[in-house]
Amino acid sequence: MTEKKGLGEVLTAAPSDELRLPPGESELDAFMPSRRMTVNLGPSHPAMHGVTRAVVELEGEIIREMKLDIGFLHRGFEKSCENVTWTQCFPYTDRLNYVSSIMNNVGFALAVEKLCKLDVPERAKYLRVITSELHRICDHLTLVGAMGMELGAMTVFLYAVEARDIIWDRLSELCGARLTSNYARVGGVARDAPEGWVAKTAKTLDRVTGYVDEIDGLLARNRIFIDRTRGTGVVPREDAIELGFTGPCLRASGEPYDLRKAAPYLVYDRVDFDIPVGTNGDNFDRYLMRVEEMRQADRIIRQCFEQMEPGEIAVQDFRYVLPPKPLVYGTIEGLMAHFKIIMEGIQVPAGEAYSYTEAANGELGFYVVSDGGGRPYKLGLRAPGWPMLAALPFMTKDSLLSDLIPTFDSINMIGGEVEQ
Amino acid sequence: MSKVVIDALVERFPDAVYDAYVGVGGDDCAFVKKERIAEVCRFLKSDPGMLFDMAPYITAVDYLGQEPRFEVVYNLLSLKTNRRIRLRVKVPEQDAIVPSVTSVWRGADWFERYCFDMYGIRFSDHPDMRRLLMYDEFVGHPLRKDYPLKGRQPLVQEREVKDIYRGPGPATRD
Repeated sequence: MTEKKGLGEVLTAAPSDELRLPPGESELDAFMPSRRMTVNLGPSHPAMHGVTRAVVELEGEIIREMKLDIGFLHRGFEKSCENVTWTQCFPYTDRLNYVSSIMNNVGFALAVEKLCKLDVPERAKYLRVITSELHRICDHLTLVGAMGMELGAMTVFLYAVEARDIIWDRLSELCGARLTSNYARVGGVARDAPEGWVAKTAKTLDRVTGYVDEIDGLLARNRIFIDRTRGTGVVPREDAIELGFTGPCLRASGEPYDLRKAAPYLVYDRVDFDIPVGTNGDNFDRYLMRVEEMRQADRIIRQCFEQMEPGEIAVQDFRYVLPPKPLVYGTIEGLMAHFKIIMEGIQVPAGEAYSYTEAANGELGFYVVSDGGGRPYKLGLRAPGWPMLAALPFMTKDSLLSDLIPTFDSINMIGGEVEQ
Repeated sequence: MSKVVIDALVERFPDAVYDAYVGVGGDDCAFVKKERIAEVCRFLKSDPGMLFDMAPYITAVDYLGQEPRFEVVYNLLSLKTNRRIRLRVKVPEQDAIVPSVTSVWRGADWFERYCFDMYGIRFSDHPDMRRLLMYDEFVGHPLRKDYPLKGRQPLVQEREVKDIYRGPGPATRD
């Protein structure tokens, strides 16, 4: 066989006597001269959801090298937040992971509350957990649906989107928007659940569970799906840790680390749920993690429904929370508090803190620095999908180009959060 | 919580780790001298009593008006002991080069590129010190506090495209 040369170098066709087959080998084993080819994938490519550009160095159909080029969706999240009040950051956080916006709201609210040393009322905690877990189901449904669709199972996508939509219907009854919920606030949540919402949501969850079972039935024993996902995009446990994986991708590699158990926040220490852990760290395991987490999220929500009691949904401290409208229009103190919060922003004590929550794709961290004023001095975002996307060249090295698709799906790269 | 870690660290590196404190919410924090950060991180990762095997988040802050101006913040996590620690490194503007920790945790790669992209802090021994989110032709570092909020930068110079169907190249090409 002709020796392989450096990048992009054209290999000349082997002389005819070299092409003569050794005895006992079929024609199919004959060496076919090929050269490395640089192919540009994206930024807008039907199989790459989101706008990520990958320059791949191909040898036949095998990826030898990959360089990622990101930033097409960069909107200057941190810079924007540094120039608005703390409360005005919430709509920006909606647009990070736009499939599960409430988790970002909650993550940011917890970060500011950590600096303010605020403890939110019980009901607000439960509402935060319920909505977060509902959005976790949405996020995983999106991943599973998109993964199925890109591997040729369109039906799965339709079921997943239907299930996601009925959850969004419930969430829009709660916060008025399907996608950009803007639900959490510093010190609590924006609105209480309307009457009958709990029972209605429980019914919706029954339907969603049915859809999830159906999706799982369509995929988990599907020959094509298994062939394309099992053993592809493998990340061993040690590599996953060193590369900074968190969330389902880390757990699929066999490391049972979940912030909801390791550092419980809100009411996660009061509900009973399991953490699925994979063994192989391949795309199939990452898919299984998602399906199981949806079922666990369902369990968490139902327990929260039982434990939740009526009460306040925000702290009654008008330095942090807008006073109710009768107070604003009826008393001078209420009006002043309202004016101060709107015009100057919440006065967060000077200091710095790193707060982290378990979002759908892993650790969602906010590094907040306050100079004591009404605006964040620095708001650092640790996007959950970031290390996974950074590791994509490692995950797809020396694998088939077609394996890139399930791998890219299973890390669930969301442009909004990774590219900020 | 992990006072043990900070104490051990100060004891091991008395001349590199200083001003250890307990931050808001009980986080353990310490300042580390810039030149020694890679060494301290390597110790934190490999020492059997520490085992900080992951660096979940590395970022930078611009304290404009203070001296030294920049700060690089390392949030570290040990999965085995479930401890967290935050190391802060002061970086002066004139000498904004920090030893890279990519050789300790491979996952630090993009975080350091991000710091370079947004704050202009360079990391020595980094394998691929390029911009991450902005394009190469971009002028300035957007997250610096003195970077203007309003204004436009010219788009990257367009290449001449003669034939829209064939892309760049001489129009006479057949």
